[in-house]
Amino acid sequence: MTEAATTTRRLNMIEAINEALHVMMARDPNVVVFGEDVGYFGGVFRATAGLQKQFGKNRVFDTPINECGIIGAAVGMGAYGLRPVPEIQFADYIYPGLDQLISEAARLRYRSAGEFIAPMTVRSPFGGGIFGGQTHSQSPEALFTHVAGLKTVIPCTPYDAKGLLISAIEDDDPVIFFEPKRIYNGPFSGFYDKPVEPWAKHEDSEVPEGYYTVPLGKARIVQEGEAMSVIAYGTMIHVAQAVCREKGIDAEIIDLRTLVPLDIETVEKSVKKTGKCLIIHEATRTGGFGGELSALVQERCFYHLEAPIERVTGFDTPYPHSLEWAYFPGPVRIGEAVDRLMKA
Amino acid sequence: MATGPDPANGARGNLPPLSLHVPEPNFRPGDPVDYSFLDIPPAGLLPRPDETCPATETTPLCSGMVRVLGDDHQAVGPWDPKLDPETLRRMLRAMALTRAFDDRMYRGQRQGKTSFYMKCTGEEATSVASTFALAADDMVFPSYRQQGILIARGYPLTEMINQIYSNKADKLKGRQLPIMYSCRDYNFFTISGNLATQYPQAVGWAMASAIKGDSRIATAWVGEGSSAEGDFHAAMTFAAVYNAPVVMNIVNNQWAISSFSGFAGAERSTFANRAVGYGIAGIRVDGNDALAVYAATRWAANRARANGGPTLIEHFTYRAEGHSTSDDPGAYRSAHEREEWPLGDPIMRLKRHLIALGEWSVEQHTAMDAELVNLVKAATKEAEKNGILGHGLHHPFHTMFEDVYKELPWHLEEQADQAIRERQIKWPEWKPE
Repeated sequence: MTEAATTTRRLNMIEAINEALHVMMARDPNVVVFGEDVGYFGGVFRATAGLQKQFGKNRVFDTPINECGIIGAAVGMGAYGLRPVPEIQFADYIYPGLDQLISEAARLRYRSAGEFIAPMTVRSPFGGGIFGGQTHSQSPEALFTHVAGLKTVIPCTPYDAKGLLISAIEDDDPVIFFEPKRIYNGPFSGFYDKPVEPWAKHEDSEVPEGYYTVPLGKARIVQEGEAMSVIAYGTMIHVAQAVCREKGIDAEIIDLRTLVPLDIETVEKSVKKTGKCLIIHEATRTGGFGGELSALVQERCFYHLEAPIERVTGFDTPYPHSLEWAYFPGPVRIGEAVDRLMKA
Repeated sequence: MATGPDPANGARGNLPPLSLHVPEPNFRPGDPVDYSFLDIPPAGLLPRPDETCPATETTPLCSGMVRVLGDDHQAVGPWDPKLDPETLRRMLRAMALTRAFDDRMYRGQRQGKTSFYMKCTGEEATSVASTFALAADDMVFPSYRQQGILIARGYPLTEMINQIYSNKADKLKGRQLPIMYSCRDYNFFTISGNLATQYPQAVGWAMASAIKGDSRIATAWVGEGSSAEGDFHAAMTFAAVYNAPVVMNIVNNQWAISSFSGFAGAERSTFANRAVGYGIAGIRVDGNDALAVYAATRWAANRARANGGPTLIEHFTYRAEGHSTSDDPGAYRSAHEREEWPLGDPIMRLKRHLIALGEWSVEQHTAMDAELVNLVKAATKEAEKNGILGHGLHHPFHTMFEDVYKELPWHLEEQADQAIRERQIKWPEWKPE
């Protein structure tokens, strides 16, 4: 963290993201924000509220419903020298923009030997837990971590959301910035039948005013512990914390914050210390980022491991509507894996 | 050698700097609304070319507006489909039932019986009257606001509600977001939550029908907002290239959540005019005039069935309510728009037409409305016996893993066991279904 302001307020995640956008638009006249419903209305989740009023339609505007156009235009604007921050309304809607992201944005620097870059940050709400069905719940991060040239960032607190988003916008490479929509308004514990806590009760909702950054590529140790290393990101950090708290497990929980580039050092150090590794993500299992993490841990920590690496994930099905909580990798699924590791 | 003005010697010096145009709707919350800028031609004005005409003959229809019902509630002009009163009454009833259904389901969502709902208030003619002009075995590829098709085709209301409640009787096994129906027996394609994807699929279905020498045609619906998607243009290209037997509807209801039609190109041209660029037939129709919608669809369907190729129909209408139960249109548009909408309400207009014909009365209409409310109420009660969302009466857990593939691979079988075990851990008294 750099240049921390002294005044802090309690913000929820949406407010923190909104503030990051305000800060960066004020600091850098090349930052532009656009996407479906982001202008006058301020976004369907209100993340861009107030931006158009403050910075004008020249820099904050609605777009046609065309994700290919949104990303493609961001590539062109970046080529001109702007720093576009497009929003894709739901991660589930990003696919029409994939060619522009994968074949273009991700490779512009490489194929032009640095003549052209794509300094864009694609913001998009992702993940389930809001009864959004299969087209408003997906976690497609592994599609993007698989693409050379893209960075993938996922915050899990208001403090990180603001600091990481500022870093992402300042970054000269294309960044996919997935916002776990289930925790926009409160840190979801995974116990869906218990009352939802607001962010105001969580210490990481303390957000400094003004500019500060949380660097990309640096994980955060959410809590130190000895019993096992829990590697996760986004919503699942809060679920993992709740499960370990409930079970009284002294786990070391690592929030990756950035999947690519990955802070392997923090992961490696932790697993070598605890000897046990639990990887959690909400996304489907097969080909998920957990597989990559598991391979890395095995390669680097094999002789320190005291038990097989555990992966807890969403199931390999589309996100169901009525059986949402049976799908979600909640406390029971995580609890079983934790128990297996404790017994090992 | 570079040509054009030399940036170095100030050859562009006299030009003002470039500026970005960002569309802005005419009215925002609180604004008074005046629609006098809209060019609404009188009913009966436009010619009706032969259904087998060259596509270019429809060019005037793309920028004009086909209208049949006049201000005096009479049907006029060459597009009058001259439907018998019984058909008109059935059409009116289907539209009124769609509205009654929407009202009840919207309330059900507000009462916590389901997660989500979308009404089509004010747009009933664009699906109901279209469906009346198609054969029952023509394949429809709807977007998410064409519940009127199912109602017009007589799909059981209880089945629709089972789907909306994601309950144990939901034929889609609780997998889909409410209103994302799929009804193969009614030639109604499974609805996607992604936008405009159904458009090229409809063209593909139509091409298949042509490949097989069939007589059935395909129809697709898309909103004007999502006509901006690449899928729309892919569909237009394929439809034009293969002269596919397909009717492509754009429901221009003026609003895509908070974005007005200008963000899909309406400031520059009508949506129907896109047909001109692709070289296919196009019609712009008063979408609140059930007779005009019927006539335009019938024309396009006849053309397609006669191997005359695709037609693009723009239904000019108005989304009278929010985008969905997750939306508050009061935040971005003037509430007066709905009252001032110059094309009126489709149900009211058809009702007045029938009354003007002497084939209907205010009393009959009131009685019908009351009957339809009871019909929907009874269907709702019936569906509620099968459960509402989140109250335990859902499909067995194993169904979550079925239909991902034709056969269950080992990893899904393992995951199904996991899901069932998790449930037993959480509710030890529970017995597997």
